[in-house]
Amino acid sequence: MKKATALLLLFSMAFAAMSFLPANTGGGYKVGDTAQDFSLVNVKGKQVSLAGIKNAKGYIVVFTCNHCPYAKAYEQRIIELHKKYAPLGFPVVAINSNDKDVQPQDSYDNMKKLAKKKKYPFNYVYDETQEIARAYGATRTPHVYVLDKDRVVRYIGAIDDNSEDPATAKEHYVASAVDALLAGKDVATKETKAIGCGIKWKK
Amino acid sequence: MLFLLLICSGLRAQAQDIPFIRKETLQQWLNADTDTVYVLNFWATWCAPCVEELPAFEKLNQEYAPKKVKVVLISTDFKRNVESKVKPFVKRKKLQSQVVFMDEPNPNHWVNMVSPEWSGALPATLVIARRKNALLFFEKQLNFEALQEALRPILQP
Repeated sequence: MKKATALLLLFSMAFAAMSFLPANTGGGYKVGDTAQDFSLVNVKGKQVSLAGIKNAKGYIVVFTCNHCPYAKAYEQRIIELHKKYAPLGFPVVAINSNDKDVQPQDSYDNMKKLAKKKKYPFNYVYDETQEIARAYGATRTPHVYVLDKDRVVRYIGAIDDNSEDPATAKEHYVASAVDALLAGKDVATKETKAIGCGIKWKK
Repeated sequence: MLFLLLICSGLRAQAQDIPFIRKETLQQWLNADTDTVYVLNFWATWCAPCVEELPAFEKLNQEYAPKKVKVVLISTDFKRNVESKVKPFVKRKKLQSQVVFMDEPNPNHWVNMVSPEWSGALPATLVIARRKNALLFFEKQLNFEALQEALRPILQP
């Protein structure tokens, strides 16, 4: 592993000058940054902002969508996170930033239908301009940002370590991060990566 | 490496077989002391932009084979879908490039191995040119021209 990392470093240094940079990474928040608030319309037609959520001790901001199999695989787990942590002051705010022309299943109308069908207990909001996904640096669905009450980013990444099978997940990253924040402790695992559907950017 | 070659060559005979790989195999590709240029494409059957770019990778695999370029299509589908979806897909699309399944439940253990720049979004492609000490990473959909462009400096003698 060490050898590979060294090799990777060597390679990336040697070829830094070639600057083959990926399209949608590099920007966005890192742990410790203060995230911007937003005002986005939810599936009930109401504008939602983080500041407008009363008694919040923090926020579980989830970039997700309707169509993506990974988002679908995590849907129930996102519902459960909200049910467990909203009463403790950490509500889920789910954001769909996908462009409806690229992926029609992710239109606002389809968000409404899905939220109704699955009885989403959390705010499911539409980032039609994709401004918030870009500001946060979200690239895939699901992609989670745990914020504290001052909107400081305390965790970025996956919900847990097994998207396919919740029963065999061992590390529950988001739950652990929120538990730590509720206990006034530092978050142990601050960043994780997961495979997800790329956010469908406007063409 | 020998092990890898064995897997690779063994595969051709039964094209619809999809071997399961672990992160150790990725490691071997990254470290392999070879003048073969590996183009690792991370995809899934349900990923529309991935499916769209597959023909470009197929074309590359075919046309650049004499230049020792080898495409490996690494499926990140769910494990339960390998038999029911991935295999039929590979058969239907008559994919000629080698297809393998990434059998690691926690991507957090291997996404950074592919590239620290990779957020985990699909599609993603890593070009490994060990003898040129080159690693090129792309977290976006590619077309044949973009692949050619990326390989040009690497394939210069």
